Amino acid sequence: MTAPIAIQKRDEPFVPGAPAPAPLWFDVWRGIAMENPVLVQMLGMCPTMAVTNTLANGVAMGVATLFVLVGSGLFVSLFRKYIANEVRITSYILIIATFVTLADLILAATFPEISKALGPFIPLIVANCLLLGRAEAFAAKVGPVRALADGLGMGLGFTLALSALSALRELLGNGSLFGIDVLGPKFEPWVFMVMPPGGFLALGILLLIKGWFMTRNAQRAREATA
Amino acid sequence: MSNLAWIFTSTLLVNNFTLVMFLGLCSFFGVTAKIETAWRLGLANTFVLLITAVSASFLNAYVLTRTPYLRTIAFIVVIASAVQIVEMAVKKHVPVLFRQLGIYLPLITTNCAILGLALFQTSRKYNWIEGIVFAIGAGLGLTLALSLLASIRERIEVADVPELAKKMGLVLVAASCLSMAFMGFAGMGSG
Repeated sequence: MTAPIAIQKRDEPFVPGAPAPAPLWFDVWRGIAMENPVLVQMLGMCPTMAVTNTLANGVAMGVATLFVLVGSGLFVSLFRKYIANEVRITSYILIIATFVTLADLILAATFPEISKALGPFIPLIVANCLLLGRAEAFAAKVGPVRALADGLGMGLGFTLALSALSALRELLGNGSLFGIDVLGPKFEPWVFMVMPPGGFLALGILLLIKGWFMTRNAQRAREATA
Repeated sequence: MSNLAWIFTSTLLVNNFTLVMFLGLCSFFGVTAKIETAWRLGLANTFVLLITAVSASFLNAYVLTRTPYLRTIAFIVVIASAVQIVEMAVKKHVPVLFRQLGIYLPLITTNCAILGLALFQTSRKYNWIEGIVFAIGAGLGLTLALSLLASIRERIEVADVPELAKKMGLVLVAASCLSMAFMGFAGMGSG
């Protein structure tokens, strides 16, 4: 991957450890592909496993996390010059918890059934290490526009990975997608896939497929240079 | 009394926090490369879980009765400050343990097992004695799962596995088998 061209002007004072300047599309794209939260960084594993037994639950959890990521990223970035270094983690957690409470109440008001199915896993977004990780590593060190772009990218990457995982599990474990029967009555559902061990196994298989692609590409690159 | 014993075995084995309910997976995959750090972190978690259970039942009984919408925020603030207090106390009185735990002690704040315990305790309406038993069961279950996976990973380190499975893929499949083994307890207590 070639380094992105720096187009953002450095009108802010230098912050140690700040991410390199990059075009906005790159801030979004990085979260979806190169630094995908689930498939590359392995962050936010608890909701990834716990709620991906049906596609509807997976998508709802992805969108709720996207909302919290964008909101908390924006506010952490806006307040970055006013938050004292010693209490920054507590402050980030408070900002995140506020948005999680919002997401929880909005979901309960609009989709009560999904809210009931996800149960305590919506409030548990607070403890998703992805959120604190992005606040500390990215949003606290850049302007609000870039923080928004990063939140959007990471949220979309998270939603896509969760959708893929939950689609695989619901299709094999139940023969359906979004609760609609897809594979017909002759299909014998693999109940194992919607149970807890199936979650570990499905993500393990996704990572093994990713590993297979990467080793194959590395081997082809070696053969091309040899 | 039998109720308390059932809460304990249920959280320790049947509904193991990590392997069946998927709580605390970050530390489950993050710190299980060595068995020593794994069980030490497990015990530190057990201690914080205990404090959380007591403070959560206090909050539920006296503070949050009229403001349930503040529950998430109140819990996370109490957990963060409890971890901070534990960290300072351990540093002052048992410096040896403090050095051994290192970075893992502050990281417990963002472990979903802790917040999960407080939330499940609320939704199941446990009183404070049941909460304490629930916390001990959950903590020991966490320690058990962490130690088991760490032992498997230490063995995988020296095994000859294909290149594509070198990273997390194989660990997840191993975790799946471990979780399957714990599903064997699922019938317990229903009869």
